[in-house]
Amino acid sequence: MKKSLLGKTLAELEVVVKDLGMPAFTAKQIADWLYKKTISSIDDMQNISLQNREKLGEKFVAGFSNHTQVQASVDGTKKYLFAAQIKKFVEAAYIPEKTRATLCVSSQVGCKMGCLFCMTGKQGFQGNLSAGEIVNQILSLPEREKLTNIVYMGMGEPLDNTEEVLKSLEILTAPWGLAMSPRRITVSTIGILPGMTEFLEKSECHLAISLHTPFEEERKKLMPIQNIFPIKDIIENLKKYDWSKQRRVSMEYIMFKGLNDTEKHVRELSRLLSGIKCRLNLIKFHPIPDTPLLGSEPEVMEYFRDALSARGITSTIRRSRGEDIYAACGMLSTKSLTESKEQDF
Amino acid sequence: MIKKIIISNTEIAGSVYVLSFKRDFEFLPGQVIGISNHLQEAPRLYSIASGNTEDVIRILYDIKEGGQLTPWLAKRKANDSIFITNASGNFISEMNEDACWIASGTGIAPFASMFFSGNYNNKLLIHGGKFLESFYFGNEFREKLGKNYVRCCTRETGDGVFEGRLTHYLKEKDDLNPAHKYYLCGSAEMVVETRDILLLKGISFGNIVGEIYF
Ligand SMILES: Cc1cc2nc3c(=O)[nH]c(=O)nc-3n(C[C@H](O)[C@H](O)[C@H](O)COP(=O)(O)OP(=O)(O)OC[C@H]3O[C@@H](n4cnc5c(N)ncnc54)[C@H](O)[C@@H]3O)c2cc1C
Ligand code: SF4
Repeated sequence: MKKSLLGKTLAELEVVVKDLGMPAFTAKQIADWLYKKTISSIDDMQNISLQNREKLGEKFVAGFSNHTQVQASVDGTKKYLFAAQIKKFVEAAYIPEKTRATLCVSSQVGCKMGCLFCMTGKQGFQGNLSAGEIVNQILSLPEREKLTNIVYMGMGEPLDNTEEVLKSLEILTAPWGLAMSPRRITVSTIGILPGMTEFLEKSECHLAISLHTPFEEERKKLMPIQNIFPIKDIIENLKKYDWSKQRRVSMEYIMFKGLNDTEKHVRELSRLLSGIKCRLNLIKFHPIPDTPLLGSEPEVMEYFRDALSARGITSTIRRSRGEDIYAACGMLSTKSLTESKEQDF
Repeated sequence: MIKKIIISNTEIAGSVYVLSFKRDFEFLPGQVIGISNHLQEAPRLYSIASGNTEDVIRILYDIKEGGQLTPWLAKRKANDSIFITNASGNFISEMNEDACWIASGTGIAPFASMFFSGNYNNKLLIHGGKFLESFYFGNEFREKLGKNYVRCCTRETGDGVFEGRLTHYLKEKDDLNPAHKYYLCGSAEMVVETRDILLLKGISFGNIVGEIYF
């Protein structure tokens, strides 16, 4: 099978052209065609000689692929389904707002992390996306020209696929790539400490942590990762990092009725997060099938936000978008996975 | 990371090994250590499978084809060296608490550590494996746990062994006590599917703790 050029960094393209005996500058030309002009075929790379295009075409394809399905909400939010590998699918959600348009991309097919509240977690893990498959969600988006922000909050745990995610971030931010500002990109993690450390070292993009409760025992029941990388260690590490250069860390907090929405949680959150400049995003929970969890009432969310803000933690309630098509992240792709078979264990 | 000299590295079933080295640190049964082949290489995590008063630390691992560490690790011999990190983690089941331990494959390791540390009273251990040889430390478990040690085998049949996945065993079981704690360890698929079954059977999510070998 031919390999994709899409997803290769400039350094990797330089190796490709060298191996094929082409001039070194061809690598930059290919990057231009892939990431700036988004051509669909190697044949369209007009400033590369026909002979060299043929050489490239013998081993590679451009690697773009269009979405296979789309669901549109009345509020303009759209959920796209992209094919990844064989018979596997991932979702990308396009969220237009007044002053910006955000794309929420996936980094894995399924996920290994098994968070109790997550539909993708229920799907198990089918594989890592390559940098090309991640970048394709952005470049093949019909609304691509309107995009202002990208968040890695779709299917999968980005920092369980650190190598490919970092490559995709390089492509999105490098001058030879999409040249986006890293301040327009946020990578969200449940707190995989080694991956997070590497990400903070090697990238300039914003970070979001899925916090969901400040209490260790409670978090263990929601998120198995807590057994391995406790949230207090994650926060301690974040406190050591220099956040003064416009790079941001934010906390994601899905609100579960009666579980993590009490006064006790406000107090513990302000203790845990003291000394770290961050925003807390409060998120409405959309129940998934067979879940024992319920979402907090809107007035409880408002009370929680105000109580946190009074303690100096900037908190906002994230506006729910695409509720009519919401059906939880991972639902669309899970339906498309009917052929997946029972694992032997 | 600290350098350790391997005492033994034995294949106990097809592509499954037990590696040991001298214990010179404290740990809580259920904790993990990181193992690496080089100081520069990112360590992989492994549950300690030995008791906390034994002279050695044992690790139970299987070879992941194409993996960075395990194919290399399987070739190590006594007196070769590896690098390890400190023990860490919170997958802890209290001594004497009423609990059901559920594991698939090498996910048995943390329960083996708890067991070899003397924590086996009031425990039901359910282990899923593909073959009869997949029930690592089976003799020791059977001796102390008796009928509270359940083996579920998907590809072979054997005396006293449940035929099929551990999830099928749990679906058929109608005496799960909602007041007990349930500890799950192994692949994401096993942990997620088992947790769903337990929830459907009326176990509160507050009594379910999972550790996933991601
Ligand atoms: C808390 C915890 C405890 C654990 N305890 C144990 C234990 O007790 N025993 C045990 O055996 N294991 C355990 N593991 C798993 C262990 O940490 C390793 O993941 C495993 O041994 C594989 O390591 P490896 O370096 O050989 O493979 P890796 O190099 O990590 O690769 C793993 C698999 O992924 C594939 N792969 C590698 N890179 C990619 C890529 N970019 N895209 C797609 N696929 C890829 C490989 O081919 C291989 O099949 C535990 C994991 C965790 C998180
Ligand atoms: S919330 Fe994120 S990390 Fe957790 S299971 Fe879902 S996709 Fe994976």
